[in-house]
Amino acid sequence: MSELIISGLKATVGGSDILRGVDLTIRSGEVHAVMGPNGAGKSTLSHVLMGKPGYEVTGGSVTLDGADVLAMATWERAQAGLFLGMQYPTEVPGVSLEAMLRASFEASDRSPADVAERVLVEAGRIGFDEKFLTRPLNVDLSGGEKKRNETLQLGVLAPQIAILDELDSGLDVDALRMVAKRVKAATTEGDQPLGVLVITHYSRLLEELQPDHVHVLAKGQILQSGGPELATELEETGYAGYAEDTPADTGPVEFDPFGEPHGV
Amino acid sequence: MSLLPVDTPTALSEFADSERRLAALSAAAETPAPSAESEEWRYSPIGDFSPEAYTAPTAAPSSADVARSDGQAAAISIVDGWIVSIDVDPGWEAKGLSISNADSASRSLDVPDPGQFDHLHLAYSPSTLDITVPGGLTVNEPIVITSHLTASDASVAAFPHVRVSTGADAEVTVVEHQTSEGAGLSVPLVELTADSASRLRHIVVQQLHRDTWQLGRLVSTAADQSTLLSGIAAFGGGYARVRTDTSLDGRGATGNLVAVYYGDESQIHDFRTFQHHRGPGTLSDLLFKGTVDDEAGSIYTGLIEIHEEGAGSNAHQTNRNVKLSEDAWAWSVPNLEIRNNDVRCSHASTVSPVDIDQQFYLQARGVPPTIADRLIVAGFFDEVLQRLPDPAVVELVRNLISAKLDGRAA
Repeated sequence: MSELIISGLKATVGGSDILRGVDLTIRSGEVHAVMGPNGAGKSTLSHVLMGKPGYEVTGGSVTLDGADVLAMATWERAQAGLFLGMQYPTEVPGVSLEAMLRASFEASDRSPADVAERVLVEAGRIGFDEKFLTRPLNVDLSGGEKKRNETLQLGVLAPQIAILDELDSGLDVDALRMVAKRVKAATTEGDQPLGVLVITHYSRLLEELQPDHVHVLAKGQILQSGGPELATELEETGYAGYAEDTPADTGPVEFDPFGEPHGV
Repeated sequence: MSLLPVDTPTALSEFADSERRLAALSAAAETPAPSAESEEWRYSPIGDFSPEAYTAPTAAPSSADVARSDGQAAAISIVDGWIVSIDVDPGWEAKGLSISNADSASRSLDVPDPGQFDHLHLAYSPSTLDITVPGGLTVNEPIVITSHLTASDASVAAFPHVRVSTGADAEVTVVEHQTSEGAGLSVPLVELTADSASRLRHIVVQQLHRDTWQLGRLVSTAADQSTLLSGIAAFGGGYARVRTDTSLDGRGATGNLVAVYYGDESQIHDFRTFQHHRGPGTLSDLLFKGTVDDEAGSIYTGLIEIHEEGAGSNAHQTNRNVKLSEDAWAWSVPNLEIRNNDVRCSHASTVSPVDIDQQFYLQARGVPPTIADRLIVAGFFDEVLQRLPDPAVVELVRNLISAKLDGRAA
């Protein structure tokens, strides 16, 4: 049983406050959906949890089974059991999927010997064409194939908690169903079921994933939490009730010390 | 002892063609020494060079013959610039492959923009390794040259000369391994001549000692419909420079030029490239990729020149550099000179640290930073390795990159 506790998390990007005290707890087997308008800080939350450079944590804590996540390097967070499925998976020329996964296994106490076999099994489960397996990471993959590739890695690495940032973007309906089915299965399979924090704009993915908890992230905070019915409600009403007044959350931006003050 | 006249003329008189050599030496003495003030040597440490520090051997060193391995069409050993052994597969010899130690008495200065070192090469190069592939013959096993520089009390200067020509529709791959033992000077000249529709591939794997300097030249010409591949993998040397002149003379000639280089500590790798499009519909594609670590540096300056007759030509030039440390440096200066409007040209050049998004991606999957960088840098070179023809060379170059990366982690 694993537990990721995010408590009062505050973070800035280029001097702007993006996260203003986020509280969330995700346990093994639970599916949490974080929804919210553009610029609410959803991607920032996922990046800060994984320790992406360019963000400054200014308050709060994140623990995974009691261990201080914020004190860990990115790779240590992954080894501790966190997984970030990225909105825009990076192309890494000349590096194969298998080479990366083997390196990850070698850095833990897991044997890399069966990585190739696990990759094949996972590819089969989500309908990821085997011809893509030998390509350099994400190079020349369509948006949808990149998302399948992320899901495949999730299956092979078998983390405790997965943060899935806009997993649905770029996927067609059939692919979305297969990917969601794979993630859902991970939340019930084995002796250590996966805990999921899924970040999305739309409820389409949620119909497949069936979250236990839905949260609205706006203005850098969780403004509302509820059950699956909240997602349905948001689909109808939109985010008009959570009017935005923070700058767009587009990742790290150059801070201009002589520019107009913003974000406060 | 010195490379320039003080006591050298007497040594040169031991050669049969000493008159020609002495004239070349006089010409060298009259030619201004290269200077980093000039464009051609800009950014280089050539100002630190002193000809007094080196001696060119005037007799063949005693050295063991190098025999062919399985899968090689021929094996040639060159030591201190002297051709010491040639072992050609009798089967290929019977088909017309000719490899000889050719008298250089009739040599003249025929490289573009000759400078002092070209005159010195003419004076000191003992003889020419002449590789000729007759028309129509495809030699599908590599010809392997090992060119070694010994260390002795006086620093040795070596002036090897290799000439490869392919007849019409012939094909060959020549792999040259360059090594040395200590302080020394390597001044290799390679001339490649590809006749109509022939395929000529020449790959250099440079693993010189860090105290060795190299001032190399590679001059190639390609006739109509021929394809030239010139590859350089440079890992060694203190200051190691190669100037490459590629002339695409005939209609539809292709020149593929690739290089990988990896410098660390205080190494400097220096490449000057010229892509001359003299024939119509010619294609050149240059891809040079390098890494600099510690205080190492690299210099790339390249010129694509489309001549008036080069209508319909395609020319590409890409130089990418990854800096692994704050103190490492890389100059990258691509240039275009176009004298015909009906052409397609592109050039790109980058100097940057390891991509932080790529680092983050690998690290987010649990790969420790040093291993992630290792994978990314090795992967960075992959695009070039894919263009090298000989699997044995690809494996060797991959291992040499790994060895450099291992040295980094240590």
